[in-house]
Amino acid sequence: MEFLQPSTWAEALEAKAAHPDAVPIAGGTDVMVGINFGHLRPALLLDLTRVADLREWTTVAGAVRLGAGVSYARVITELGDRLPGLAMAARTIGSPQIRNRGTVGGNLATASPAGDAHPALLAADAVVEVASVRGSRRIPVTDFYTGVKRSAMDADELIAAVHVTPPSGPQQYSKIGTRNAMVIAVAAFGLALHPDRRTVGAALGSAAPTPRRAPAAEEFLAGELDAAGLWESRAELPAATARRFGELVAAASSPIDDVRGTAAYRRHALSVMARRALTWAWTDYRDESRGN
Amino acid sequence: MRLTCTVNGTEQQVDDVWEGESLLYVLRERMGLPGSKNACEQGECGSCTVYLDGLPVCACLVAAGQAEGRQVGTVEGLAGADALHPVQQAFVDAGAVQCGFCTPGLLVATHDLITRTGRPSDAETREALAGNLCRCTGYEKILDAVRLAADRMGADR
Repeated sequence: MEFLQPSTWAEALEAKAAHPDAVPIAGGTDVMVGINFGHLRPALLLDLTRVADLREWTTVAGAVRLGAGVSYARVITELGDRLPGLAMAARTIGSPQIRNRGTVGGNLATASPAGDAHPALLAADAVVEVASVRGSRRIPVTDFYTGVKRSAMDADELIAAVHVTPPSGPQQYSKIGTRNAMVIAVAAFGLALHPDRRTVGAALGSAAPTPRRAPAAEEFLAGELDAAGLWESRAELPAATARRFGELVAAASSPIDDVRGTAAYRRHALSVMARRALTWAWTDYRDESRGN
Repeated sequence: MRLTCTVNGTEQQVDDVWEGESLLYVLRERMGLPGSKNACEQGECGSCTVYLDGLPVCACLVAAGQAEGRQVGTVEGLAGADALHPVQQAFVDAGAVQCGFCTPGLLVATHDLITRTGRPSDAETREALAGNLCRCTGYEKILDAVRLAADRMGADR
């Protein structure tokens, strides 16, 4: 095995171009598990932790450009106010030790259907910035996940950053597992209400081959909020609307039975989590207008 | 490959490190520091918790080369020359140690918690130690030890 340790982004891209089969490593929370258990024996490890640019976040054109190497712990402490949905997802991840190392970029690169950041990124319409020596391009996160642990990235590309726009409305996140800490999600759900454009983002994790949006649920809820004038009135949300929203989110999943849970349990859990997350978000939206 | 890093304030250099090796393996098998324990090797149990540049991490998930030039702090670095660190003494006094396998990781995590927060609430303690599994104590004595350590360290301030 070779171990390459580029200190600049240009060097990292050159290394990935020269060795497309190199396995990038950031926090190591996925890669080192694979190596420790003998499942992963890359010819070359490409350590990205020396590339200072990746650890930066900036605000570009109103959106947060989150460097791929920013840890979950920093998302929580530095961006909890600007990116509430992603920060909520980050709080559910692993343990303090894991959150000190794991990165959003690594979560995207692994592209596990159970990755905790994905539903939050999908609900918030995030955009992934990938780069190679050929140049950089932006992939809407909705187009990023192409299969189980597969993404739209080419072999010579690395993730530079993810762009997330701070929300105009409330965001929520819900994850279920056997305990609060240190679990791979049995199912997860991310929600973003966008009052500025009167749309809804709803996305699920761990309940389909890839993390995915729930378009029928999004359209239903946006339509109901519009038709009843609720975006403006911020009146109480009808219970039937929240329940139907939950059903439509569950219907968007295509889960399997596995060691963590059955498909039927995942569908049920998603309908409950989506209904509750919407209820929490709507309470936030109403409180906001009362200046709380 | 050769690895040079500072461990508990002393520069250490080891050779013939395999590129896929973890920092935990290097500490235990190459540097003679077996305090950090090797259990799950997947970041689940926290028994290998060490400081890396001041942040508690699972040493089993740090590739050896990632520690090059970095500051590593292990459980061996907590005690003074003559006395246990107050966190260690509190674990002894509260009966928070049974088989002892999880203890080194808990000591480092607790040291970090009290250093950061002073006197953590029980909720903060549960959250901070959520990544450290103990199969003996049921955690009650560990919570006692954290409170005791925080009180003693607070009194020393």
